[in-house]
Amino acid sequence: MDVYTSHVRPPLVTGGKTVHDVTDDVCKHVEATPNIKWLMALGVSAVTLLIGAFGVYRTVFYGIGEWGLNKTVGWAWDITNFVWWVGIGHAGTLISAVLLLFRQKWRMSINRAAEAMTIFAVICALMFPMLHMGRPWLGMYWALPFPNTFGELWVNFNSPLLWDVFAISTYFSVSLVFWFVGLIPDFATIRDRATGPIAKAAYGALSMGWVGGAKDWMRYEYVSLILAGLATPLVLSVHTIVSFDFATSVIPGWHTTIFPPYFVAGAIFSGFAMVLTLMLVTRHVYNLKDYITINHIESMNKVIVTTGSIVGIAYITEFFIAWYSGVEYEHYVFLNRMKGPYWWAYWSMMTCNVISPQLFWFKKVRTNIYITFALSIVVNIGMWFERFVIIVTSLHRDFLPSSWAMFYPSKIDVLVYVFTFGLFFTLFFLFAKYFPVVNMAEVKSIIRDSSERKES
Amino acid sequence: MEHGKNYLVGVYDDDHVLLKAVTTVREKGVKIEECYTPFPVHGLEHALGYNRTRLPIVAFLFGMTGMCLAMFMQVFMMVIDWPQIIGGKPFFAYPDFVPITFELSVLLSAFGLVGTFFVRSDLKPYGGARVFDKRQTDDMHIMAIDLASQKLSQEEVSSILKESGAAEVNSKTFED
Repeated sequence: MDVYTSHVRPPLVTGGKTVHDVTDDVCKHVEATPNIKWLMALGVSAVTLLIGAFGVYRTVFYGIGEWGLNKTVGWAWDITNFVWWVGIGHAGTLISAVLLLFRQKWRMSINRAAEAMTIFAVICALMFPMLHMGRPWLGMYWALPFPNTFGELWVNFNSPLLWDVFAISTYFSVSLVFWFVGLIPDFATIRDRATGPIAKAAYGALSMGWVGGAKDWMRYEYVSLILAGLATPLVLSVHTIVSFDFATSVIPGWHTTIFPPYFVAGAIFSGFAMVLTLMLVTRHVYNLKDYITINHIESMNKVIVTTGSIVGIAYITEFFIAWYSGVEYEHYVFLNRMKGPYWWAYWSMMTCNVISPQLFWFKKVRTNIYITFALSIVVNIGMWFERFVIIVTSLHRDFLPSSWAMFYPSKIDVLVYVFTFGLFFTLFFLFAKYFPVVNMAEVKSIIRDSSERKES
Repeated sequence: MEHGKNYLVGVYDDDHVLLKAVTTVREKGVKIEECYTPFPVHGLEHALGYNRTRLPIVAFLFGMTGMCLAMFMQVFMMVIDWPQIIGGKPFFAYPDFVPITFELSVLLSAFGLVGTFFVRSDLKPYGGARVFDKRQTDDMHIMAIDLASQKLSQEEVSSILKESGAAEVNSKTFED
């Protein structure tokens, strides 16, 4: 096979891999018997899930009173976690859709896992508004425009919370479809290699009878391109609408027009950090160093430093506008964030989100796996604090000083958050074992043009 | 699609060779039923003479349907069926309807597009598509030639395939 090596861009796949090597390197993990390390990892996640399930049980059976909310701060822990998880979910679609439109081929070895992460993160995010409904089994009547027995009383389409219901559910289902369409050719590869009856049955169903005909590939490519075109404005709209939950209110600290772009940048920022956290581990455990190279990691770090700086500018702009507006309530809220009782949350956010990613300006830092891994976790902690600061500090100093309060999460609050972590990692470990973690068909298509020549 | 029984299967180990082979094989008067590749080979659909897919039109029409349904739903519920005064806003507060109109356009467009793709390409669980060679989803590119629809003899077709760069030429018979 003739291989062209570009001298301008580093190869996307190293180690002189052939097309058949790609199949082998990805499928061997699906075909192998579960090993003890994986079983332990899954076990820990499942136990975390079960411990957290106690929090879900208390919330559902005893009500929202189990949470740490009070009369002043009626929205805190749950919505912080919701926005945090939704934000994490944005990287998958960004990598697979936006980078597809921009023809960034380095997306190909990470998009599969990133999309999986998106779907699992959105499931975790959905837990919070569902549980906050108190009686989630009735929630569908309240959240969706179903004919009902309240005299056909419809939902309120003027409410950003309802826009969110539509945005998140559309985002979830379109991401799921996008992911599944991408998986079909790879499931077919696994099906054609499968030996056991269970594998044959499972992947036979999932592969939808795909055989890779030229006409099917033509349609497949168009479907991918159009779905990417649809998913790109969709992903931007979702966090825009999440930010509307706050921005359309008249609470000082929330009522700002900068929220949509600022939230979208923050979502991409935290999403890429989570992708890095997961991919660095997957890369190591599955020995995918030839597919997810240092260059891939460096590219993701560049996205992190860009979006981190956008977020930093947004923080400063918010401050400037609060001062420039001349509104004393705005002045107070922003000074209170910096110097009030939640100063530690504010300064954690500033350190983790604005200062620490600036280290990625140095190539040595960008290409160091250990620093990248540590910073990816720091960024996610920072982004959690960002949501906490925006939500809690804007509420806890009410207009009347007699209503001033603090928010302290209850044990049940913490357990519900632990539950979503258990859910996320259980789903991710199941995915990593039974699904192809790298998009084989796409990576095979770049082997000729962007693979390192084997030294002979 | 009507399927034949007796096939000649050209196995190519390189996509560029396959792409050139498709053109030369077709020029020599051999009818190719379909090519099967492990990854999308750009230009293969042109070489095989396929028309451009109309799926983009489908996506657009489904998107428009979603847009109209969303607009109609919101106007019906908020303006016609049960108008309510909410924060002093007009009943037909159309900027408020934009987000959901957008979301439902995307939702219907995406599902309509993928649904149509599944129907057109006959993709379904345990779909009965034919596997000519198990390596076609791994690293080999397959050219399937239905012998019943050829003017040339099996030997002639076989030598044309070999000349075009096929690594192997196998015959394959289907019972059904």
